[in-house]
Amino acid sequence: MTNALETQDVTKTYKIDHGVIHAVDGVSLSVKAGEFVALVGPSGSGKTTMLAMLAALLRPTSGGIFIDGHDLTTMDEGARAKFRREKIGFTFQANNLVPYLTAQENVELMLRLNDRLDRKGKDRAKELLDRLGLGERMKNLPSQLSGGQQQRVAIARALIHNPSLVLADEPTASLDTERAFQVVETFANLIHEQNRAGIMVTHDLRLTQYVDRVIQMRDGQVASIVDNHTEIEERVVKHADDHHLEGLKVLPMRSPALAM
Amino acid sequence: MAIYLSLKELWRGRGRFLLISLVIALITLLVLFVAGLAEGLGSGNIEYLSKINADVIVYQENSQLAIGASRLDRSKLPDVARLDGVEAVGPLAFSSATIVLPDGRKPLDISLVGVEPGKPGEVPVREGRAFVSRRANEAVIDRNTALRTGLQVGDSVTLKAVQGTNEEFYPLTVVGISDGQQYSLRPSVFVPDLTWDKVRPRSGALSSDITYNVFAVKLADAARTKEFVQSIPQNVARVEATDLATAYKKTPGYTEQQATLETQRIFTLIIGVLVVGGFFQIQMLQKVPQIGMLKAIGARNRTVAGAVILQVTLVTCIGVAIGTALTLLLAANFPVSVPIVFRANSTAIAIASLLLIGPIGGLVSVRYSLRIEPLKALGLGG
Repeated sequence: MTNALETQDVTKTYKIDHGVIHAVDGVSLSVKAGEFVALVGPSGSGKTTMLAMLAALLRPTSGGIFIDGHDLTTMDEGARAKFRREKIGFTFQANNLVPYLTAQENVELMLRLNDRLDRKGKDRAKELLDRLGLGERMKNLPSQLSGGQQQRVAIARALIHNPSLVLADEPTASLDTERAFQVVETFANLIHEQNRAGIMVTHDLRLTQYVDRVIQMRDGQVASIVDNHTEIEERVVKHADDHHLEGLKVLPMRSPALAM
Repeated sequence: MAIYLSLKELWRGRGRFLLISLVIALITLLVLFVAGLAEGLGSGNIEYLSKINADVIVYQENSQLAIGASRLDRSKLPDVARLDGVEAVGPLAFSSATIVLPDGRKPLDISLVGVEPGKPGEVPVREGRAFVSRRANEAVIDRNTALRTGLQVGDSVTLKAVQGTNEEFYPLTVVGISDGQQYSLRPSVFVPDLTWDKVRPRSGALSSDITYNVFAVKLADAARTKEFVQSIPQNVARVEATDLATAYKKTPGYTEQQATLETQRIFTLIIGVLVVGGFFQIQMLQKVPQIGMLKAIGARNRTVAGAVILQVTLVTCIGVAIGTALTLLLAANFPVSVPIVFRANSTAIAIASLLLIGPIGGLVSVRYSLRIEPLKALGLGG
């Protein structure tokens, strides 16, 4: 498999009154098509900054970001917006959906933005929603859907336009445990089925049971990588205790599972 | 895409957007009424002068072009009439009087205008006939008088005037009805000049010589108006002259009245801009995360801005349409005595300026939407 995503020594620094902050410090990683990766770490570890740069929403201070061979760092703002529209799918912690569009219309939105909405596209949107268990909810507005249902609509929207890279920022932040597992499991299945490259930022280590690789960040750098399902289960998931639940900002970095 | 997003949001939030449309409708109502009032009051002051069949008005010297202050002797008429290029001269005399109505109805205050039959200043009649004699006890009433009194051609009308210390009543026969010919904010009654001299209010006894206020001069070539405005005072002693437009602008209170109403109209428009701008800016602030999300998934700036502009324009158009319809409906039911007139020209200008309050008011929101950064809007850290 070729790398759908590759970063080379990516750094993001911010100047402050008395010096600089290295939000991301020399991160090199790669994700293949069909691979689902979890990006974990405590608050301030740089994972959200990293995600923003991968989504072409933030320019790195230095380094290269390649998606399908395209270097994001050389694109101007218009080109980056176009790239996001065509090649990247994104789900956010909140405010994922346009409140005045139905579930189906929200999914079709990505095709509309790309001027590619046709009969086939509409059918595909319905199929995706059906696949995600929302066949009866296509005509509902976001306000008529639960948090988990909204996230699933967002997942469908992130996948409908066949992006090269799918990003999810804390997709289960506002969900209860059962729904959180359902959403991430479905997400993982679709990533694998459609052979996309997927990255999920999460605080909840228990969700890593659905991923192919866990990348842990700390202080802006990659602290460890666990890329074997058995190891993930043994070293990460089993040691994820109540401190890892969503909403809390502290990840017990003293967990032996993630020690370097 | 912008149209799609704009219309979808308008439809889903139609209650909210209808509310701002109604506010715009009320502002439209106010602006159009002020415009109509300005036209009506202006018309009420100068309607007769603006329609007069003359090119130049001659006043007494040093009267500051005020008709009420001007006094001209009939002996000056031939001095003006004999000037080469003058086609005809009509003497005009103005006063106020009261029409006494039958059946105990409230008397109507009118402008009493004395004109010489067949000369400039006499009004064209729509019904009935014109005057044939300078002394006949006849009257031509204007449309406003007819509407407010119900008088028709052939009816008798009683004029009340205070002469000396007595109230005198003069019966006149209505021989004709003209179109609107208001003067000094009152409906008008026209009488032959010698009849005017007999029936007008006066403080003392009847004098032998009638004194007019101004002369209306019709030229053979209207293009020479400016020339005659200069030459008449040079050739006729102790007079001054002006064109019609200046004459009615100099009507006491006209300019001040129009300026006041125009200021009101402008302030109402400014308020409209602020109200619409405020509404859409509040909307925009509530939509920051939504717009951030749209930009994050790749929506173009022009899509986002286009949707805002379209919404503002549609909401404004709907509001102006409702307001205009309401205005016309109300105006159709106003009594005749209310001086509101809607002319196509001034109404169109008012409506055009109202249609602009939305886009101008919405500019702040459009600019704001362009500057929303997806990262900050979505709370994705930097």
